[in-house]
Amino acid sequence: MAIVAQSSKYGKLGRTVLAWTVGLLFFFPIFWLVLTSFKTDADAVKPEFLFFFTPTLENYLNMTENYDYWRFATNSVITSVFATIFALAVGIPCAYAMAFNPTRATKDVLMWMLSTKMLPAAAVLYPMTFLTKSIGLFDTHFMVIVVLMLINLPIVIWMLFTYFKEIPKEIIEAGQMDGVNTWGEIKEILIPLAWGGIASTALLCFIFCWNEAYWTVRLTTTEAATLSKLIEGNRAPEGLFFGRLSAVSAAAVGPIIVLGWFCQKQLVQGLTFGAVK
Amino acid sequence: MSIKRALYAATAVSLFATGGALADGHAKELTIAIVNNGHMINMQKVAEAYTEETGVKLNWVSLEEGVLREQVTSDTATGGGQYDIINIGMQEAPIWGAAGWIEPLNFEGDYDMDDILPAIRAGLSHEGTMYAAPFYGESSMVMYRKDLADAAGVSIADNDSWDNIKKAAAAMHDPDNGVFGACLRGKPGWGDNMAFVTTMVNSFGGAWFDADYKPTLDSDEWKAAINFYVDLLGNYGPPGSEGNSFNEILALYNEGKCGMWIDATIAASFLEVDGVAYAQSPNAGNPVGANWLWAWAMAVPAGTENAEEAKAFIEWATSKEYVQAVGNHPDFGWGSVPTGQRASTYALPEFQAAAKFAEAEMAAIESAAPEATDLKPYVGVQFAAIPEFPEVGSAVAQEIAAALSGAKSVDEALAASQAAAESIMEEAGY
Repeated sequence: MAIVAQSSKYGKLGRTVLAWTVGLLFFFPIFWLVLTSFKTDADAVKPEFLFFFTPTLENYLNMTENYDYWRFATNSVITSVFATIFALAVGIPCAYAMAFNPTRATKDVLMWMLSTKMLPAAAVLYPMTFLTKSIGLFDTHFMVIVVLMLINLPIVIWMLFTYFKEIPKEIIEAGQMDGVNTWGEIKEILIPLAWGGIASTALLCFIFCWNEAYWTVRLTTTEAATLSKLIEGNRAPEGLFFGRLSAVSAAAVGPIIVLGWFCQKQLVQGLTFGAVK
Repeated sequence: MSIKRALYAATAVSLFATGGALADGHAKELTIAIVNNGHMINMQKVAEAYTEETGVKLNWVSLEEGVLREQVTSDTATGGGQYDIINIGMQEAPIWGAAGWIEPLNFEGDYDMDDILPAIRAGLSHEGTMYAAPFYGESSMVMYRKDLADAAGVSIADNDSWDNIKKAAAAMHDPDNGVFGACLRGKPGWGDNMAFVTTMVNSFGGAWFDADYKPTLDSDEWKAAINFYVDLLGNYGPPGSEGNSFNEILALYNEGKCGMWIDATIAASFLEVDGVAYAQSPNAGNPVGANWLWAWAMAVPAGTENAEEAKAFIEWATSKEYVQAVGNHPDFGWGSVPTGQRASTYALPEFQAAAKFAEAEMAAIESAAPEATDLKPYVGVQFAAIPEFPEVGSAVAQEIAAALSGAKSVDEALAASQAAAESIMEEAGY
């Protein structure tokens, strides 16, 4: 018994050390990003100032005064929130139909939706650019919201479908027996029962929207430009401006890290498609 | 919180934020697309005085170089009008000017067009008309550590031979102590490794195309130059050179890890190590085209509705007055003034005192030869000013990087380059 207890103790210790090591490894880039954001551009590339330097807020002041950080941040909030809301508004009825009223084509439709994620974005860059310009939607919040919603819709529907499949069909049928209509089934039965899954899906969708860079950089100029564009614009081909680039990056990922921190449980549940309860 | 309430809250917050953004309108505004280089970053601060004086609000859209090219090309070609002023280079200016995509620029009086360095002005013009005004210009030169060269008993002269450059690199090469003889661009890209490689090929007597615009990448000159490049960088360069371009080498150089670096003259203003000396670019018998010529310039797209205001801003931002404004600005000073655009800048005593590289930079820019010659039918030193060049250059860049990394032999890489270039040029109708 003593040996078993001891080996279990070592096993626990080993797992703890491993978990901390992996955790620190993943946290290190964020730590380094934040640390560099408090260095001047000159200090940021000097090996003698790796850890010990005179901290400065210059980069953050420069970011808010000269780069209009709040405009980009506001656009990120607007586009990510609305894209997530619209993706759920389309995704919930869609996943409901496929989970509770499947047909022979359901599996194929799901696969087709997923296959749209396999198309390289660059392949449709120019058609998208010309199309949005010709109909006057280039650099508008509406266009960014629609694009973000569409590119995240497959993953939203897949996740919701997986959650909905776990709900016994009999519960929905019982509702039907009581004379509840389809909207009533979704609103009164499905959403309350799958609330955890919907929240996880919404959270992940929001994060994907926030982090999206390919389209938000290329289909915007000033009006609807998001934080991705602010980061992209701070990359310099001639000159090492790591201090200010780090400040911009830290300020862009900061809100999403804080959100993720408070919603860890839902996030893990979402990422594992509900496998971890 | 119920779902309904959460939705209402999110909608309210978003509409409030949208309203705030929409309310921020302005009568006179210019949207300016810039590449995020040091001089452009400074311009945003210096231009606050312009806004105060004229009331014109300036919206800066700073973009990574590749994205900038994508965006301004698609916008300008379609007359999109997203931008009032765009940052372009020498590759684009004459082509876009000829196509009517950008407005001609002709400033009079105090602006003094004749003060613009002739090579730079010619590179930004088409048939004598300037289509983009230079904000700063650059050539390429050798920047080497004289302290290391002296210790190793070698010297580097202006327009030295490549063989001597190799000897100097070998002598300074000390990888055990973290010093590599030669740091050169290896990262694939027509504006990355090919900028340097093209000048090297020029100096070996090679060219991208013959008089009929047929690619000549399998010529003896290309083979000799690329073999030399791969040998020099492979033996005396830092490991992983195929991933290095300007910024990566700048970081290495400032860490004291490079004996020499042949790159843009603008690099000199970023170097913070002691003992740096400068020399004009080396050659292997042909000095014409051994050093490149480039300018980041400002142009007015033909689709803009604010062409007059845009031209007025460019006139100010590329003037002698602007150089004075940067030099006397409390945040910057004479070491930060944009260079390589005007002869008068180099005559300023304040600038000469602040920039030790001024003389070498001026000499490099003045000796650059972008015009067509008997060896090459096209305009441009490190590029060919034809619309197809970015595609050809990018394809060849990948092959040269493959040769450098050892994934292919030089002969294989050049054969593949020739095939790719022939295919692109044939498709384009040459």
